[in-house]
This record gives sequence, C-alpha cells and structure tokens, in this order.
Amino acid sequence: MKFTSEFRHSELAQGLVSRIHRHSQTPARLMEFCGGHTVAILKHGIRQLLPSTIEMLSGPGCPVCVTANADLDKAMALAKVPGVILATFGDMMKVPGSNSRRFTLQEAKAEGADVRIVYSTMDGLNIAMQNPERSVVFLGIGFETTAPTFAASVLQAEQEGIKNYYILSQHKLCPPVTRALLDSGEVKLQGIICPGHVSAIIGSRSWEFIPRDYGIPCVVSGFEPLDILQCLDMLVTQIEKGVARVEIAYRRGVRPEGNQTALKLIDQVFEPCPASWRGVGIVPQSGLKLRERYRRFDAELSFDFDPGPTKEHPGCICGEILRGMKTPGDCPLFAEVCNPEQPVGPCMVSPEGSCAAYYLYGLDK
Amino acid sequence: MSHDLVARRFLPAFDNPHLAKLDDAAIFDHQGRLAFTTDSYVVTPIFFPGGDIGKLAVCGTVNDLAMMGAVPLYLTLSFIIEEGLPEEELQAIVDSAQRAAADAGAMIVAGDTKVVPRGSADRLFVNTSGIGAVPEEINISGGNARVGDKVILSGTIGDHGIAVLSQREGFRFSTTLQSDCASLDKIVAQMLDASSNIHCLRDPTRGGLATALNEIAAQSQVGIRIEEDRIPVRQEVRAACEMLGFDPLYVANEGKLVAMVAAEDAERVLGAIRRNNLGREAAIIGEVTAGRAGRVVMKTSIGASRIVDMLVGDILPRIC
Repeated sequence: MKFTSEFRHSELAQGLVSRIHRHSQTPARLMEFCGGHTVAILKHGIRQLLPSTIEMLSGPGCPVCVTANADLDKAMALAKVPGVILATFGDMMKVPGSNSRRFTLQEAKAEGADVRIVYSTMDGLNIAMQNPERSVVFLGIGFETTAPTFAASVLQAEQEGIKNYYILSQHKLCPPVTRALLDSGEVKLQGIICPGHVSAIIGSRSWEFIPRDYGIPCVVSGFEPLDILQCLDMLVTQIEKGVARVEIAYRRGVRPEGNQTALKLIDQVFEPCPASWRGVGIVPQSGLKLRERYRRFDAELSFDFDPGPTKEHPGCICGEILRGMKTPGDCPLFAEVCNPEQPVGPCMVSPEGSCAAYYLYGLDK
Repeated sequence: MSHDLVARRFLPAFDNPHLAKLDDAAIFDHQGRLAFTTDSYVVTPIFFPGGDIGKLAVCGTVNDLAMMGAVPLYLTLSFIIEEGLPEEELQAIVDSAQRAAADAGAMIVAGDTKVVPRGSADRLFVNTSGIGAVPEEINISGGNARVGDKVILSGTIGDHGIAVLSQREGFRFSTTLQSDCASLDKIVAQMLDASSNIHCLRDPTRGGLATALNEIAAQSQVGIRIEEDRIPVRQEVRAACEMLGFDPLYVANEGKLVAMVAAEDAERVLGAIRRNNLGREAAIIGEVTAGRAGRVVMKTSIGASRIVDMLVGDILPRIC
C-alpha cells in the first residue's frame, strides 16, 4: 500500500507553487496551528518555495509544548509516589519541569521511579492488569485526537472492573485557545492552517467561528507537502478574493461533521474545564476533566502528592513562540543554551515543537 | 558453570586450533598493517526477524573492519549471560555467530563468559573485538572525502531498526520486514577491485544514514548534498516511520554501507555493489560539495532543500 509518495510528487508540487506565486499579491501572515504542520513545512523545505508575500507563523498546536510547568510538576511528583507506575507517551520523557535542576521524567526513572513509555492507552490498561498490587497513572496529555482513546480506556477499565488504573487528565481543546489568541489581538493573521488530525475528530465546522467572528480564512490541511501547498493555494485564493470561510484541503481525512463516535466517547467521559496553557495562561472551557461518574479514575483526586512551587525559566520564550509573536530565531537561548540534547523549554523537546523543528531542519546555529 | 559452558557450547561451535589450546591468549604471526576494533551488543529482543545478537555481533565487528578496507581475520567474543537464559537459546546464538564468522572468513580465537544474577543484565550482552589485515595500498578513512566525490548507498535504509522495533513489547505490529544484518566484507572487496579511488566507507548503524553522513562531513571538513528521491526506502519501513513519527534517515542499519568515491569511478563502483546480492538496490544518492564544512543538506522530494542534522538523543515515538 502506498500512501505518501503520491503526496510528495515533485511536478504537482511545482505546479501548486507556481499557482501560489501567480495569485499571491497581498502580504499575508498565516499561522499553522499545528506543530505537525510546522515540522512538515520545515522538513520538506516548503517555506523556501513560497513568495515573499507570505509569512508563516507557528501556533500553539503541540500538546507537549503547551503543557504548563505546574502540570508537568504534578506528573513528576506522581511518579515518585510509592507504588505508582507512571505510563506516558515517549515525547513527555525529556520535558523539564520547574524544579531547579530541570528535572525530567527520564531522570525520575533513572532515580528509581517506575516510568514506562507506552504507545496507546490500552498498553496502560494492560500494565494495570498485569500489576494489580500497583497503581498505574497514565499521563493524559494531548488534544481532541488522544482524548477519545483515554475515554475508551476509562470505559473499558470500568467495564472490566480494573480498580488500579488512573489518568492525570491534562487534555486540551484547540478551538477555545485559538479564540483566546485571536481575542488577545497580539498577532494579526490573514489566514489559518487548521490542524488535520484534530479536525478529523472535531470536524471542519468547529472552525466556522473564525471566519464568522474574526473574518479570517481557514483551511484544514493534511501533513504531506502537496496537502500543505494545496491548503496555501486555497488560503491565498480566499485572501485575494476578499472572502473568509472554512475549507478542507484534506478530504481523505476530514469531514465537516467530524468523527461522531469519537466525539460521543469524549462527551460521555469528560467535561470541559478551564485549562492552563504555557505562554497563554488559563483559557476557559479549553481543558477536559473526568465527569463526576468517572472521578474515581482521576489521579489528581486519588493520590496525596506535592508538586511544589512552580517556576518558569526566565530566558525561555516558548510562550511567545506558541502565541505566534516570536519565532525560535528570536530566542537568545536557541541552539546555544537550549537544544534537543539539553532542552530548556518544551518546544525544543517535542518532535512537534517549533524550536526542535527549526533546530533540526532550518536555522543556522 | 562458565567452564562447563565453554566446553559444551563454545569449543565445538567455534572449533579452531587457536581456541582449542585453551590458553590465556591466542598467538598468531602478522606482517603489515592491522586494523583493530571493538564493540558491545545489547539488542532487545536477542532474536529478531533476520538475525539474532550473535550474528549481529559478528557482522557488526566484521563491518567495522571492512569499513577501513581491512580483511577480517580474528575475532573475540565475550558473553555476559543473565542467569536463567535457556541453554538452547544460547546455543542457537553461538551457532549463528559461528556461521557469520565462517561466512566472513574470520576465526573466533578467544572469548569469555560470565553469568550474572537475574536483573544484572538483560538476558544476554555480547562484547567483541576484531583484527583485520589492511592491504598495502588501502587508505580509507572518514576524513578522506573530497569535493566532487559521489555518495553511494548500498541499499534500502531503516530495515534493521524497524524490524527490531516491530518485535518489542508494546508495538506488536506485524510485518514481513527482516533486519538487513549482514557482513559487508565481500561487497567491500568487490568495490576495492573495481576502483582504487574509494575515499570513505561507513556502515550507518545507530543514528542511521543521517548520522553517518554528518560524521564524514565533519571529519573531512566538507559539505554533503543528497537527494531524498534517490534514497531507497522500503514501503513498509516508510509506513512504520510515518506511523511512529520517525525519520528513516535516523533509523539503524546493520548491513548497509555508504561510500564516498571519486566521480569518475562512481558508476563502476555502483556496478560492483549491485552485482552482490546485498547491494542490488544500491544507488548514487548525492555528492560531496564545497558547501559549509560539516553540513549535510538534502534536496527534498518537492524540490526544496533542508539541513540533515545528527541524531540527538534517542528517537522517541510521538503523541499524535
């Protein structure tokens, strides 16, 4: 089965690039919401192919990057609770919390905490079943894409009577934070590349408030070079025509109504709550917490732990980068003090973080 | 226990006059230049599609010698065995190490075994060393790449890393993919027959092709430019990488080499590699440039270019 090469076709890409060059007259600042798009844009060298009228900014769409230090500290503290196995996705392992020693889960593991990298929530459940005398806490980081899998794991744990499985829900929702960014007025945008995977779950309709309330064109994109170039072409067309609506450049993955099964799962298990975003602060209704009926799976309510006081690294500008106000090149720590080997901020740790993407694929250092 | 293992398992398998003496060291004559290398193997799981830790250890050591243009002669093999490893498994690994050594024309002349308590090792660790003879006229080094050289890759990348990963607990994806684990000494001999202008050879193991090219670019103080579309990658490796968020350029290989060869000899060397069964998919993937020293740049499929950096840290699978 082939599924990438046809979306990396050189001649088709050149055709789209020529169209964008022909049509783009007005200077336009575009934000790719999703970290996956930032990586794809840099990895394939898409920026170099664009006309000077187009400026690209990275957005807050990297779940690791937007996790607040206070939330990371909770995870570190939980990992040290006796009897706890902390299950996590791999990319959380190296993110430093606010401890003065820039402590990470990887270091917690080296010091004896039982931290396990897993690849799905079902792996977390399996660990719980295999270790009935221990407590398994799954670090629930992610957007609308991972939330349904956590919801499914909670339902399965309930159905099978698994009593030692907990989640630390730090899930975040994309549309509310986008509204918060636009409301802040800090950054003026002429177009938004909406996330592909998230939109596969929530549907392209969830973005209709952006053209309606802010007059900004939106196009949902996939992650291959041709997806992104087509998306940019559609955005340029809207901008030049002076219209603003939500379009899909990723029809093989996204429908206007989204994935109803996944949305029902989320709604059954979780309810929206305020959430703290790194760099953005508390955004109302932008997080997910377990509903009353499922509270017994909530790690925060089930264990006694002290995350200690929260601190931010003074030099790190991850927050401003996540808000689209600055780019990694503006950061004095970039590459010198902060690099993927010794990351200061989460944007350098996550493979979807814009600092890591710039470091690996783009900027001179 | 260790003595018993040596007598029952190792001596019969590695049967040769040096080892049979059971002295404290092997003694042999030599003339000319020698290449000497060592490595340790801790792969999990110890059996994987296309190989096992024994074959991997021998091939890896043979390849380190071959990458210097040396003809492998003598190897040592030391086993650190976690208590409880079934003897049949050990025997299978010993046999497979012996087959790989015989295949490369090398003799296992010394060895050691230690059995450690459960939990002190992960089933089996293997340490090797190897000695090879470097023919008079050979001068191959990572520091010898010259501007204008062609970059030749001997086949598809990422097969070993993904084959091993597919067997790890927690992944459970089924694939027919096999590790490319193999000795490259014969390919190298064929290449050296075809040309005396082979400047560098390297086997892109941990850190993958990207890391090997960066090492050469830094050692030789040259730039390297490669083309994404020319790098052979199996469809199943590409698929697994897409799924896990890996880049095939950084995934390990155990039976591939990358060579920097004078442009005028490149086609001839490519032909020599392709005549070997292990090199049928070999390709010229780029060239050595006068660009910024130590920098590897790749022309992407869509015609742009990007920097290809060293692997930093471990590759960790992503969230979404």
